[in-house]
Amino acid sequence: MTQPFRTAAGGRVDRGRPVRFSFDGQPYEGYAGDTLASALLANDVHLVGRSFKYHRPRGILSAGSEEPNALVAIDRGPGRITPNLRATAIELYDGLTARSQNRFPSLRFDLGAAAGLAAPLISAGFYYKSFMWPPSFWRRVYEPLIRRAAGLGRAPEEADPDRYSHRYGHCDVLIVGGGPAGLAAALGASATGARVILCDEQAEPGGSLLDEPGVTIDGWPAPDWVREAIATLGGSVTLLPRTTAFGWYPGNTIGLLERVTDHLAQLDGTLPRERLWQVRAERVVLATGAIERPLVFPGNDRPGIMLAGAARTYLHRYGVKVGGRIVIATDNDSAYRAAIDLHAAGTEIAGIVDSRTRVDGEAVQAARALGIAIRAGQTIAGTEGRSRVHSAKLSDGTGVIPCDTILMSGGWTPSVHLFSQSRGQLVFDAGSGTCLPSEGAVGACAGVFDLAACLRDGTEAGGSEPRRFAVAGMPALAHGRPPAAAKPHRSAFVDFQNDVTTKDLAIAAAEGFVSIEHTKRYTTAGMATDQGKTSNLNALATMAALTGQDMQAVGLTTFRPPYTPVTFGAFAGVARGALFAPVRLPPIAAAGVVLEDAGTWKRARCYPVGNETAEAATVRECLAVRNEAGMLDASTLGKIEVAGPDAAAFLSLIYTGDFTGLVPGRCRYAVLTGEDGFIRDDGIVARLTADRFHVTTTTADAAFVLHHMEDYLQTEFPGLRVWLTSITEQWAVIAVQGPRSAEVLAPFIPDIDLGPMPHMSVRDGHIRDIPLRLFRVSFTGEAGFELNVPPDQAQRVWDTFLQRGVTPYGTDAMHVLRAEKGYIVVGQDTDGTVTPDDAGLAWTIAAGDFVGRRSLSLPDMKRPNRKQLVGLLPSDPAVVLEEGAQVAGDGAVASLGHVTSSYFSPALGRGFALASIAGGRARIGATLSVRMPRGDIAVTVVDPVFIDKPGQRLKARPVQPVAAEPLLPPRPWRAPTCRPAASVRLTVLAPTTRLAIRAGGPAATGIGLASGVLLPTVPNRSVIARDRAALWLGPDEWLIVAPDDAGDLRAEALKAAAGHPVSVVDVSHATRTIELAGSAAAWCLNAFCALDLDLAAFPVGMCTRTLLGKVPVVLWRVAGDLFHLDVARSYVSYVWDCLEQARLELADPVVTDT
Amino acid sequence: MLRIPCPWCGPRPENEFRYGGQAGVIRPADPAAVSDAAWGAYLHLRDNPKGRHVERWRHLHGCGRFFTCVRDTVTDRIASTHKPGEAVA
Ligand SMILES: [Zn+2]
Repeated sequence: MTQPFRTAAGGRVDRGRPVRFSFDGQPYEGYAGDTLASALLANDVHLVGRSFKYHRPRGILSAGSEEPNALVAIDRGPGRITPNLRATAIELYDGLTARSQNRFPSLRFDLGAAAGLAAPLISAGFYYKSFMWPPSFWRRVYEPLIRRAAGLGRAPEEADPDRYSHRYGHCDVLIVGGGPAGLAAALGASATGARVILCDEQAEPGGSLLDEPGVTIDGWPAPDWVREAIATLGGSVTLLPRTTAFGWYPGNTIGLLERVTDHLAQLDGTLPRERLWQVRAERVVLATGAIERPLVFPGNDRPGIMLAGAARTYLHRYGVKVGGRIVIATDNDSAYRAAIDLHAAGTEIAGIVDSRTRVDGEAVQAARALGIAIRAGQTIAGTEGRSRVHSAKLSDGTGVIPCDTILMSGGWTPSVHLFSQSRGQLVFDAGSGTCLPSEGAVGACAGVFDLAACLRDGTEAGGSEPRRFAVAGMPALAHGRPPAAAKPHRSAFVDFQNDVTTKDLAIAAAEGFVSIEHTKRYTTAGMATDQGKTSNLNALATMAALTGQDMQAVGLTTFRPPYTPVTFGAFAGVARGALFAPVRLPPIAAAGVVLEDAGTWKRARCYPVGNETAEAATVRECLAVRNEAGMLDASTLGKIEVAGPDAAAFLSLIYTGDFTGLVPGRCRYAVLTGEDGFIRDDGIVARLTADRFHVTTTTADAAFVLHHMEDYLQTEFPGLRVWLTSITEQWAVIAVQGPRSAEVLAPFIPDIDLGPMPHMSVRDGHIRDIPLRLFRVSFTGEAGFELNVPPDQAQRVWDTFLQRGVTPYGTDAMHVLRAEKGYIVVGQDTDGTVTPDDAGLAWTIAAGDFVGRRSLSLPDMKRPNRKQLVGLLPSDPAVVLEEGAQVAGDGAVASLGHVTSSYFSPALGRGFALASIAGGRARIGATLSVRMPRGDIAVTVVDPVFIDKPGQRLKARPVQPVAAEPLLPPRPWRAPTCRPAASVRLTVLAPTTRLAIRAGGPAATGIGLASGVLLPTVPNRSVIARDRAALWLGPDEWLIVAPDDAGDLRAEALKAAAGHPVSVVDVSHATRTIELAGSAAAWCLNAFCALDLDLAAFPVGMCTRTLLGKVPVVLWRVAGDLFHLDVARSYVSYVWDCLEQARLELADPVVTDT
Repeated sequence: MLRIPCPWCGPRPENEFRYGGQAGVIRPADPAAVSDAAWGAYLHLRDNPKGRHVERWRHLHGCGRFFTCVRDTVTDRIASTHKPGEAVA
């Protein structure tokens, strides 16, 4: 017979829609609206799992997310097996496949149950005692055995094919829980017009009201009142069903987990499986209800033993009778309602065992009137039955009651988990023996169990005047009685999921683990995936009794997020695979290139030709630079424009050198130290004009250097008139190096005479008609240039040189070439404890103060035996030392330092290395030994410059006049195209002119007047005038956006500043603009942007820097449904792909472009 | 996520900010005139109060400004934020 325990009528399941599912391979049928648990119970399946430690048969205890026993695995195919799901919280769908866990070979016959025989070995504290000896046995024998015996489900091994998304939400009132109090709070908040989010973990809001068809509110049966109340809620209320508030984080940030597709029979591939919300709420109303406690009696864990309230839920909500002959065990009135209702449904009630000696009241009298036997002053002393309970033994020895089900109620525990996480003050309520929130909670969560009071308090908590609701049909119940302690008994379970018994607690008490936090850890009570929702208070009461304290003195353990388990996928969101982190690609692409990570960037390691190995390519590339000409994509180097009358003075404070005497047009190598005197970065400082510098940084430290400079500029040297602007992505950089470099470049550069251009100099000019900032610098030891060109033009310049026979070289060759010259790489040859002198760079240090100077005169910094940079030559020239290998004196043990850089030098024809060696410079000429995997290698300490120590090769040589030659045509940039969707469209806009303006008030006014658009003074606002706009980005910082043909805006702006100090930097190429247009634009952005984009909070015209996912952007609301996102070029593909992920979720009709 | 009121931009989510350590640690005007011990203290010694802490934050992914913030290290509540030069209550 199918569904023998389904009632003839009633419940909220859809009896017209049968649903087929399987459990452990056995096919069953339930109805739409069932949970897996209710459908199993309808089919008289009570045995659903084996317990964690003892493999005891277990059934379904509850009807909600507190379930400790009924854990199953759901199998939706490869990669979609989810273990440890609570059957009570799984919505049934057609074809659902569920499996029991932790049993072998089968659920009914489990060998591990024999582990019950080993129970004494695995009682409280077992892993601290029983398996400690011999120590080596722990890892090899005990741990694998225990893990196999005591466990939960198995994690899937395939990659998870589902998508997960994130979402930032904002509201005035977040209401957690959609039961009576929560719904009333939503009504109350909605009436005030507040922005409200109401989340409820169940598929259908209503909470306990769904179990009360016999109760009326304002004349409506309670379940119908739920429907009416939801219909009344205004448009400012967002209702999120299937959404668990799992954590309360600082700043009223609540983590919500929305389960989007787990209840669907068919997955359509567009919706994410789960959405993780971070909701920032002005106010949170906790209406999380209460959880019924089990009673602690011997044999209280057999299948068929269930919470009384759960039985009412199964009856009224799902139309399921949980048994045929039921014993009820209670210490309060609420269980009487289960007896009465199940009796009315035709179930035999074999008796009510009530531990109270005097029982009376409305519910008790009603039960008595039905002829139900009430055994007051009694408890259950034991139960029998293997895979289902079949009898209960009374405590007074008067008999054994045959039954197939025992319903128990030990009272109700308010769900204060979130409140506790909020660092709120819990107040002990002696009457009920529970802890209550001091504020912000309503309904049963606040210890209020009267329905009319819950509703009234709810409306008030929502922000309205308290409203009265007419409630009828609800009997008055005597609630509130501290949980009773049970005698220590090995089979009286306190914590079902972790198999913790009263005996375990007694052991903990006897051994002194009486602090509740110690008790928890020693016995593991409350530490399972259910976080002890049904067990914590019973454990506390038992420990209080064992130690003779009152419960308040014992105290509660700390509640931590998550409230219920959250998948790793939900936490990861889109941040996995290609979107795990932004991939920044330089603007030049080349076929066959081998890439490597460099900070946040990808850089070319080498350019193998044909079947060439990376090593062979590097040798070829090195020789090309030394003998001919090579080119390196150096675009990823950080670049900062430093402008203002005090720029030279500022740079002289930031770097070790003095730049006040640097002549415009010249460059200087610069070392940056922290205030502690240690090298943090290095680069080139180039003086463009008296008050304008172009500074380069290393690739990886660009963001750090800018932040470091801003820190000193804003907080230590605020009197200096200097501004900093990142121009890293404004320029692509091609380093052309080698004896033929000038010769190669000359035909393309009409307006700069390369011959006389000295080493360490800079010129602005053109390469053909393309703007060019040309540096004569060298990181190779060869004469060479670094061409800064607009990134859109870089590829054609590169391709032209390639055609002219210039050899591309990657970072591998660059490392060899620079090491041959003894040039350091910060972070490789330095480690945060290296001073300029240690690195042989004392010559960069000028007189006068700079950040770090004072530290260099501390005694330890002048110690002669500090580690110093030296060269090493292995005695065997074929050997290439391992980087990081330790260096010791010949025959000595103690390390003198380590190898920092080591390569094979094609120019020298041998291996060589740089090393950081104690007192290294004094050891030049000495023989040391390097620890290598295959034994020690003798090395000679040498000067770190291996090639051209006098620097002859760097010298400028005259270049013969040559005929001009054209560049290859530009390669057009192909903008990404978006999947069409009606509600939001993505476009990368064509480039426009963009100026970064930094100026004080008077200059700003002048610039505004001259450029035809006033610079706004209100923070984060924009001004639009005709075809141009000015965006406020900081108190002295604006971005001017103008059409591409706006002329020389920069010159106009400088002129308009009329001598006031300003910084005007062209940043047109540094970013691209992504336009989001459509009604869902803000919705898409909020998948990655934490700002409140409601029109009231982020009005039209507002603009700001912010974060989108993991990258900085400028966000500008141009119109209600129109946003512009300015994104650094290298981040465009990341931002685009993120937004496309958000757009995937839009279920709107697809429009086709015509 | 903390919500931090930038003195220029108003309340913003924590991920836009970067922590800058204890406020009011002032670089000596003439470091050369400072004793080794005093310089060491400037470099390394910081308060670690339980409760009220006056600290620096930078609205890095916003207006870019450093400012002073009075935060309770126990509750994470922010009492006030100040532009540079403003008196801290
Ligand atoms: Zn700001």
